Amino acid sequence: MRRLINQHPGRAAGLALGVLPFVALLVLYVVASQLRLAENPDDKLLPALGKIASTFHSYAFEEDSRTGRVLFWADTWASLKRIGSALVISAMLGMVLALTIGVVPRARALLSPLLGTIAMIPPLAILPVLFIVLGLEETAKIALIVIGIAPCIARDLALRVGELPKEQIIKAQTLGASTWQLVVRVVLPQLWPRLIDSLRLSMGSAWLFLIAAEAIASTEGLGYRIFLVRRYLAMDVILPYVVWITLLAVLSDLGLRVLRARAFRWAEPER
Amino acid sequence: MATVSVRHVWKEYGSAVVLENVRLEIADHEFVTIVGASGCGKTTFLKMLLGMEQPTRGQILIDGVPIRPEPDPDRGVVFQRYSSFPHLTVLENVMLGLELRSSKLTGKLFGAARREARAASMAMLESVGLAHAADRYPAQLSGGMQQRMSIAQAVIRKPKILLLDEPFGALDPGVTADMHELILRLWEENRMTIFMVSHDIQESFQLGTRLLTFDKLRVDPQSPEAYGASVTYDMPLTRRPTRPHPLPA
Repeated sequence: MRRLINQHPGRAAGLALGVLPFVALLVLYVVASQLRLAENPDDKLLPALGKIASTFHSYAFEEDSRTGRVLFWADTWASLKRIGSALVISAMLGMVLALTIGVVPRARALLSPLLGTIAMIPPLAILPVLFIVLGLEETAKIALIVIGIAPCIARDLALRVGELPKEQIIKAQTLGASTWQLVVRVVLPQLWPRLIDSLRLSMGSAWLFLIAAEAIASTEGLGYRIFLVRRYLAMDVILPYVVWITLLAVLSDLGLRVLRARAFRWAEPER
Repeated sequence: MATVSVRHVWKEYGSAVVLENVRLEIADHEFVTIVGASGCGKTTFLKMLLGMEQPTRGQILIDGVPIRPEPDPDRGVVFQRYSSFPHLTVLENVMLGLELRSSKLTGKLFGAARREARAASMAMLESVGLAHAADRYPAQLSGGMQQRMSIAQAVIRKPKILLLDEPFGALDPGVTADMHELILRLWEENRMTIFMVSHDIQESFQLGTRLLTFDKLRVDPQSPEAYGASVTYDMPLTRRPTRPHPLPA
C-alpha cells in the first residue's frame, strides 16, 4: 500500500470526487426541505426545488408588471456593469501605482506609507461618506469597490515588482534602458499575469462590496433584489440569486485563468 | 578602445572593509580573470565596475573618464543566472538592446527598422549557435543555452567592457568547454575588454590574458572585518590561447 501522499486519483475519479460534495449538498437540501414542508406546507425557509424553479421562471422570463422589465436580467446587467467598471478602474489604478512605487524609489518613499494606511481603512466604514459626497448613484457604488480592492491590488503588484531579480533590472540598464523603457519593456509586461492573479483574488471582496452598496442604496441589482425580498422571507428568490452570483464569480475566475494561460504562455509553469 | 584605471579604490560597509586600496591599470582588449576565495570582494569589485555599487574612496576610469555611477551600455554584463527576460523569446531578448537604443518612447521597433534589428539579432544568434531556438522562451532552454543567449544579448550592444560574473559556474563541464570557445571568439571579434569573475582556477588560466587574485593582505584575528581584500597576485598570462584545451572527458 502506497502512502496517501502518493495515491493520485485518475481523471474520472478526480472529476467524480469533485462533483460528489455538490451532489451531497443538493441531496441534503432536498431531504431537509421535504422534511420541513411535510410538517408545514407554508414553510418559507427551505422551499421545494419546484417552487424555486417556478419563481425563477417568472423572474427570468416574464416582465415585471410594475416596471415592465425582466427583473433577473435587469439586476444582472446592473450589477455586472458596476463590478466590471470597478474591476477595470481598480486594475488600471493598481497597475499605475504599483509601477510607480515599485520602480521609482522616491515615489516609493512618498506613496508607500500612504497606500499602506489607506489599505487598512475598512471600506464599509466610509460607505456613508461616499454616499454623502458622491450621491446615491452609480459613482458611489463603484467607488466603494475601487477603494476596497485597488489598494490591495497595488500593494500586491508593487511586491511583485520588488520580486523581479535585481539582475534583470541591471541587465536592462546595461542594454541602455531608461526608466521609462524599463517600465514599458521589462516590468509592465511581466506584471500582466500577476495582475490577473491579483484580480482573481480580489473578486470575492469586489462582490462583497458590490452587494453591500446595492443593499443600502439602489433600485436594481442582484444585491438590491436579495435584500428587497428578504423582508418577505422569499428564499425562493434569494437562493437562485445566490447561486447565480456564485456562478458568475466562478465563471469570471475561470475566464481570467484561461486568459492568463493563453495570453501569457511564458508565465505558465513548465509541464 | 577601453582602458580601465582603478585608482586607490576602497569599499567599506560601515566598519567592515571589503576592499582596500585596489590599484590597477588595465590595457585595451585585455581578458582579465579574477579569482579568490568567496567573500573576498571579487563580486563587489565587479559591481563597482558595473556601477551597481560605488567605491567608498578612490576612482574608476574608463578611457580616462570616471565611470557613471549607474549601469550603462558601455559596460555589458552576464550574470550566473536571471539575466534574461522571461517574457521575451530568445530572439526578442537579443533584439531588446537594439530596440532600446533606437526607440526611446516605446522601446519597440516597427517596419523596416524592426526587420533590420531582427536580421542583426538572428545573425548574432547564428554566431552563438542558437538560431534554431529563436522562438523559444528562456525557461525552455538548458542552462548552457540560456548563457549563450545572455552573452549574445550583451554583446549585440557592442559594449566596450564585458563583465562576466561566474557565467559558467552552473554549467556541465562539457558545455563549459564550448562556452569558452564562444567567449574567446566574441572577445576577438568585438575587441572588448573583458573582466570575468570565476571560482575555477583552470578556467581563469585558460581564458585570461591577465589573472588577478583577490585576498586579504593583513588579517586581524580579533576583528576579521578590520582589513579588506586587495589584489594579491597580478599575473600577465603571456600564453594567449586562441582556443582552450579540450577538457578530459
